[in-house]
Order: sequence, then C-alpha cells, then structure tokens
Amino acid sequence: MPDSELQTSLLAKFPYLTPRPGSVDHAAVNVPPSDLVAFTKSLRDELKFDMLTDMTACDWDKDSPRFTAIYHFYNTSTHQYLRVACTAPDDENPEVPSLVSLHPSANWFEREAYDMFGIKFSGHPDLRRILMWDDYKWHPLRKEFPLAGHEVELPAVDVFEGSRTKIEPAPMAGGPFVATPGKTMHDAEPRGKDQSWSETNSKPANK
Amino acid sequence: MSSTKEISIGDIAARSSELSDDLPGEKMMINMGPSHPATHGVLRLKLELEGDIVTKCDPVIGYLHRGDEKIAENMTYNQFVPYTDRLDYLAPLANNVAYAIAVEKLANLKVPPRCEAIRVICCELARISSHLLGLGVYGMDTGAWTIFMYTFTEREKLYSLFEELTGARFTTSYTRIGGVARDIPEGWLGRVETFCEEVIRTIDEVDKLLTRNKIFLDRTKDIAPVSKELAIAYAFTGANLRASGVAADLRKDAPYSGYENYDFDIPVGTVGDCYDRYLVRMEELRQSIRIVKQAIAKMPDGPWYAEEAKKVFLPPKAGVLTKMEELIQNFMLVTEGPQMPAGEVYFEAENPKGALGFFIHSKGGGVPYRFHIRGGSFISMGILPKIVPGHYMTDVTAILGSLDFVMGECDR
Repeated sequence: MPDSELQTSLLAKFPYLTPRPGSVDHAAVNVPPSDLVAFTKSLRDELKFDMLTDMTACDWDKDSPRFTAIYHFYNTSTHQYLRVACTAPDDENPEVPSLVSLHPSANWFEREAYDMFGIKFSGHPDLRRILMWDDYKWHPLRKEFPLAGHEVELPAVDVFEGSRTKIEPAPMAGGPFVATPGKTMHDAEPRGKDQSWSETNSKPANK
Repeated sequence: MSSTKEISIGDIAARSSELSDDLPGEKMMINMGPSHPATHGVLRLKLELEGDIVTKCDPVIGYLHRGDEKIAENMTYNQFVPYTDRLDYLAPLANNVAYAIAVEKLANLKVPPRCEAIRVICCELARISSHLLGLGVYGMDTGAWTIFMYTFTEREKLYSLFEELTGARFTTSYTRIGGVARDIPEGWLGRVETFCEEVIRTIDEVDKLLTRNKIFLDRTKDIAPVSKELAIAYAFTGANLRASGVAADLRKDAPYSGYENYDFDIPVGTVGDCYDRYLVRMEELRQSIRIVKQAIAKMPDGPWYAEEAKKVFLPPKAGVLTKMEELIQNFMLVTEGPQMPAGEVYFEAENPKGALGFFIHSKGGGVPYRFHIRGGSFISMGILPKIVPGHYMTDVTAILGSLDFVMGECDR
C-alpha cells in the first residue's frame, strides 16, 4: 500500500513533481533533473528525510528517455521511505546532478551508478568506477551488455603482458538462466545469450 | 627526480616515492590488501602514511564483484534465493528472509504466523552467528586472539543447528517466496533453547575477557568516533548507526515478519567510537537470544507457507507426481517463474551488518526487470576515507573490525 498521504502533500507543495506510478509500498515521485538538488535540500532540511538510504539507476533499454536515477530517502524520526526518480533527458550522455554536497552517502552510490550505467553525475567530486576497474570499457548493467560478459584483457597489466591472459565470457549452456522471449526456440533458450560456447561458436582454446 | 627506475613489480610504496615529486620522503603509500587477514575478505586500502599516521585512505573494492544484480535480472524470482546466501555470507538466513519478504511485498502475499516465527528465529540466529564471528575477528584484529576460539566454538554449534534445519551449514537457501522450504525438525526448538543457554555463558566470558581489558580499551576507545549527524549523512544502518547514538532499528521502526510481537531493547551507544560499536554488538547478542526464546515459547502451529501462494510456491513433490494440476503448476513455475504483478518495491530488513535492501522494478512476469541490492557493508565502508585519516596505522585494523562488514555484500 503506497503512502498516499505523503505523496499528495509533496505534490501539492512542490509543483514540479509528478506522481510516479506503480509503487506498491512507499510514496514515489518523479522530479526533473533541474529541480533535484533543490528538492533534496528541502526534503532534508524541512521534511526531515535526512538519510539517503539507497540510490540506484534503471536502464529502459529501447525506450527514450533511457536512464532514470532512483533514490530512496528515509526519515529517521517518522520512519517513512520516499522514492524519488530523476530521469536523465539525454540518452547518449545521460547526466543527473550529484547529491554528494547534500548527502555524503551519495558519493559511492553515484560512483556505482556511473560504473554500472554510465550516468554522469554533474558536480560529483570524484566520479570514477568503483566495482569494475578503471580501464573497463563497458557499463555492465545496461540492458545491451551481454549476461556472459565481454572478452577483455586481464586488468593486471604486468600479468597480461607476460601471459596474454584474457577474461573470457562465461559459458551459458546448462546455466540456471531462464528462457526469455525470442524469435526461435534457440534464441529464447539460455544459451541464446551465450557469447562463446554454443553449436555455432565453439569454446575458444585456452591461450 | 631520481634517475634509477629499478623497482620491483607491485611495490607501490617504492614506486610512488620514486616517481612523484610532490611526495616528499616522509610520506609513504601503503597497499593494505586485497589479501590481508584484517580486511575480512578482499578489500584493498590505499593508505598514505606520514610516519605512522594515516593521512589518506582510499578503499578499492570490487574484487568480489559477481554481478548479482545482472544475474537476478536474468532469472526467475525463485531461482535467485541461493544467490542471496552469497551476499552477506556470514548471515545467509537473514538474507534469505529479507529477499523473500521483498518479493512477497511485490506479490502482496501474507505468510502464516508459524512461518513468520520461524523466520524470526532464523534471522536472530543468523545475527548471533554473524556477531559471534564479528566479535571473534574483532578481538583478533585488536590483539585478543582467545576470543576468536571462544566465539567460533559457539558458532560451530549454531552451524550444526542450521544444518539440521536447512540441510546446509553455510549456504542455507532456506526461505521460499511465500514461506520456508520445510517445517522445523522435531526437537529442534529444544536444541536451540539449549544452545541459547550455552551461548550466553560464552558471551559472559567474552565480556569478562574484553570489555574491561586494558589493552582492548586502549585499542578501541576514542578510535574513529562517528557522530550522530555523520552516521546519518553516510547512511549508516544497523549496529553501526546505533553505536553513534541513534535509536533506529527497522525491527522496531518498520516491523516485518511479526517483530512487533516480541519484547526486546535496542542498545544505543554514546560517542560512536570503535568501543561503542563493540558494546552495541555485545548487547545485541543478548537481545537476539531474548527474541529467540520468546519465539520458541509462543511458536504457533499451522502451515509454514502461504496457502494462497499457489502461483509462487512449488507444490509438494508427492502432489506433483500424482496430480495433474500440481504437475502443471510445477512445470509452469519452473519454466516461466512465478508471475508477479508489475510495480516497484523497496524493502529493507535489519540484518546483522546493517540494513539489507532490495529494490525490484517488475514489468510483470517471472523475471525482475531491474533488481538492486543495497548492501549494508557497501555503505558502511563509504565512510572510511572520512574517519581513517588521522589515526595510526595500527588503528586501521581496529576500525575495519569495528565496522563489521563483509565483502560479499559490499561487492555483490
């Protein structure tokens, strides 16, 4: 049951907000990027949503606008959650204002969202990858990134130069992954997602 | 700048002082980890030292990154349960419960009271197991090796109880969406009660060994204090937040799984230093035992899975082998997954390492469209660059131990 009382009062107070449909639990609003920082500041200082407890992003694949940053604020005195979504207008170079100046916890969240989705957070003091290594080329949680991964050189340069070891895509055949909609049965099967091991593409020999 | 470049590979300390001009001789770069016993897993800290004092700390994480979120977006809700074991692998039962409740919120499922009580016992035993290990290694980090042996003995007993309940000691995968995998075995509750009596004696002993130990006090008191405001700003949760003086506990504030029916206290620290974090965990152990005892005393009868969860819960095997309807049900659940309504849900559970949150965006069907895990350990570590500088190199292990994180949950 969404917290509709909070949602209604927020929508009345801040004209730039729009309701975010589909929430089954907490109040949820959409905020345009230009008002995100101001809105978060009033949330923190006036409405006492003092904790940015979680932040992530979502890739809508073929839809445009493509990237949405999703924040969960927590009020430590009334124990309410609030979901705030902020959609980046540009699909090619998605950019959302950073909240690090208001919530230091946003530092690592935004670094993770940048790492996984390639969303830029303008004003972030130290926006670099956090889970993947610095030279990694892709953003793994984007929908077009294959489940098996891409072949890539070992990040330890000295080891790679000596051994030419590469990180290979994971084998999918026989894996636990489920059938997804596809044109043919073969496309739909888990091995349809396979990058390296299948009938048409044999496993690369260990170099 | 020196002209010799004869440095060995990986010797960052030598390399940085050789190569950079702005680092005078006194400053030194030290790589702590990724394989260092005090980093509790594969954490790497890039430390800049001036003499023995840390001036800069840059945690490098991701060595245990397995892409759990990507994996979750490619499998059905039921299939992801074993993956939750591997988040905070020191309290897998609590992760199972948190995940199950998050998906049940999406599916709008209510589980029967017996299931809720079993889950509460699971969560609290997981907390005891996690805190026992946390205290043991914390003692070890600060030079009190004996504690580890004491707490590990108790943890071993607990793992035998987990094995009896779930079939596995470590990777339990006990919950199902809409219930738990099986009912509690006969006589198990009695054995849990005996364990509670035994563990309380060990906790008392650890208490006597550590709490007023001069060396331990010197190593932990006034080390890395985190103020109330700082703790909230850095989104601390769980014992770390309470140690800073914020009486926040999701079991009280946003009760789930029937926690509102149990009587327990929330220990709160005063200054939020390493010693407070230790004290809060010690008291939480006792409170968890209190909850387990209450849950055992009023364990309700009845089914351990939601009757209306037919569209989610795998039917009993005997039924699958003899009845057509159950067979079809089983087939559809395995191939297409439980059909969930479209919607967004975010649920946080009070786990031993802080709040474990799950955000699910569902477009309907058996596979989540977006699945996000909020790992309490990931967030507790974001504060390291803020609190570590200014402390001695030897304090770094105490700070890491007191924050009690686990890399499985941090890197996901």
